[in-house]
Amino acid sequence: MRWIRMGAILFLVVVSSACILADFVAPAPYAQQFRDEPDAAASRQHLLGTDDLGRDRFSRLLYGTRVSLLLAPAAALLSSALAALIGGTAGFIGGWLESCVMAITDLFLSLPWLFLLITVRALLPLNASPTSSVIITFALLGCLGWGAAARVICADARRLCGSDMILLARASGIHGFRLIWRHVVPNLKPVLYAQFWISIPVYILTEANLGILGLGVSEPLPSWGSLLRELESFSSYSGQPWQFVPLILLVLTVSCFHIAMQKQETWA
Amino acid sequence: MSYSLRKIGKLASRILIVLAVGGFLGATLVRLAPGFGTDEEELDSRLSQTSIEALRQSHSQNDNLAVFYLHYLGQLAVGNLGTSRTLHQPVRQLLAERFPETLKTVGLGLCFGWVTGLTLAVVAVMSRSWLVDLSASLFASVLLCIPAAVLALLFVIVQAPGRLVVGLIVFPKIFNYARNLLEQSASLPHVLTASAKGVGNIRLLMWHILPVAAPQLFALAGVSVSIAFAAAIPVEVLCDLPGVGQLAWKAALGRDMELLVDLTMIVTLITLLANAGAEMAAHPLQRRES
Repeated sequence: MRWIRMGAILFLVVVSSACILADFVAPAPYAQQFRDEPDAAASRQHLLGTDDLGRDRFSRLLYGTRVSLLLAPAAALLSSALAALIGGTAGFIGGWLESCVMAITDLFLSLPWLFLLITVRALLPLNASPTSSVIITFALLGCLGWGAAARVICADARRLCGSDMILLARASGIHGFRLIWRHVVPNLKPVLYAQFWISIPVYILTEANLGILGLGVSEPLPSWGSLLRELESFSSYSGQPWQFVPLILLVLTVSCFHIAMQKQETWA
Repeated sequence: MSYSLRKIGKLASRILIVLAVGGFLGATLVRLAPGFGTDEEELDSRLSQTSIEALRQSHSQNDNLAVFYLHYLGQLAVGNLGTSRTLHQPVRQLLAERFPETLKTVGLGLCFGWVTGLTLAVVAVMSRSWLVDLSASLFASVLLCIPAAVLALLFVIVQAPGRLVVGLIVFPKIFNYARNLLEQSASLPHVLTASAKGVGNIRLLMWHILPVAAPQLFALAGVSVSIAFAAAIPVEVLCDLPGVGQLAWKAALGRDMELLVDLTMIVTLITLLANAGAEMAAHPLQRRES
């Protein structure tokens, strides 16, 4: 099992490095059109062929992976920070504040995730620039995904506040910010890390769903969602199996995340 | 009996509070949505400035958020869910037309997901065969890594029935959770003793393992309703099934906030009712176990 985990981590490192170095690895910019070669088959010049606008699929895959792989952790960081702030404060203070915060968390968790996302996404401009659409999509994921994590962190903070260790710290005269910073936060770290890691694959898959529905990152900027949207035009007669490469990469990456964070899942 | 009634009252009030707060947030979204209070009629060049002003005046009564929310609640109380801005039809009529389709998709998906997931979990735990466990786990893990929209696209490509996709989205969650639960129950001392005394597999499952895991399985049933409704959006859009998921997507693209908020509230109500039902069903079992 340890070797499988190491393999998964290695795969993630290789994919992340390739997409971070996309500017050097990619044979062409993601938006460059080869107008003489739309829908071209895989060749030495275009490793995964070109799309119907003549853009190099391999380059778009590298840049798309960069968008999804770098921004999903950013969204996970945002939601974990929000969860730590909201859940941690509620658990630490307790009483009516905890009840109110948990009621709001319940409300968030009762709303079906994708319904909530598309409702809030619809409120924001759909004709935003590609960069804005990326920020909007992942910021939304981060801002709306804190509910479940906050519940876990609140329960852990409550348990911690009732522990002998905190009682001893309080009896020794440590209060307020120092108590939180020196004693509560370090002990909440494993749960926070776990929540951060388990959010990443969820956000990658949600972005892909939103992208396929046309509510994610807008063209010409690629993301896994917009790359997978190409499958809509797939026909077994056209015989372009390389169109499935983004899907295979997505499945492998998300699987590797699941394998690599198995230890974290037990914490969560 | 009185305890049960108190519990039901508590659940009902919780649902009402969540809906009231959700409704307020929804009404706020509708009120703040760009284009709120403007009417297509204002673009009619035949209208005089006075008529346009009169039209604007008729909308200005909703400028205040509190007044707007009270008006929204009042309309809701008499069953008026408003009119869709993009489809120019009453939301109630749209829901009546499309909800049966979604219920069919979600119902079939849930049945498929639960039957497959629970059966495989039971077989994996009871057979204690690493091959069954590994192959079922691998299948569930792969499905867990594929977005619902991609599964729907693949089903369209191979011309398979799209409704099954909801089942395949629900399946891995049911399988993973149910397998862990059943495994935990199967390793309890009284179950091991019963097994050592030669109690048969079916009897062991029905009398000793399932009753222990049942409360959590009921809770999982409530959660799976929410998962199935969320999966219905990409499935209905890509497989061209005219349900509320497709309606929500059209509303999102058309920025029809009133329709979207109504849909979200209705799906939330269904989710809350499913969770409350699951909680009520699990309660007698939890009491028996404790």
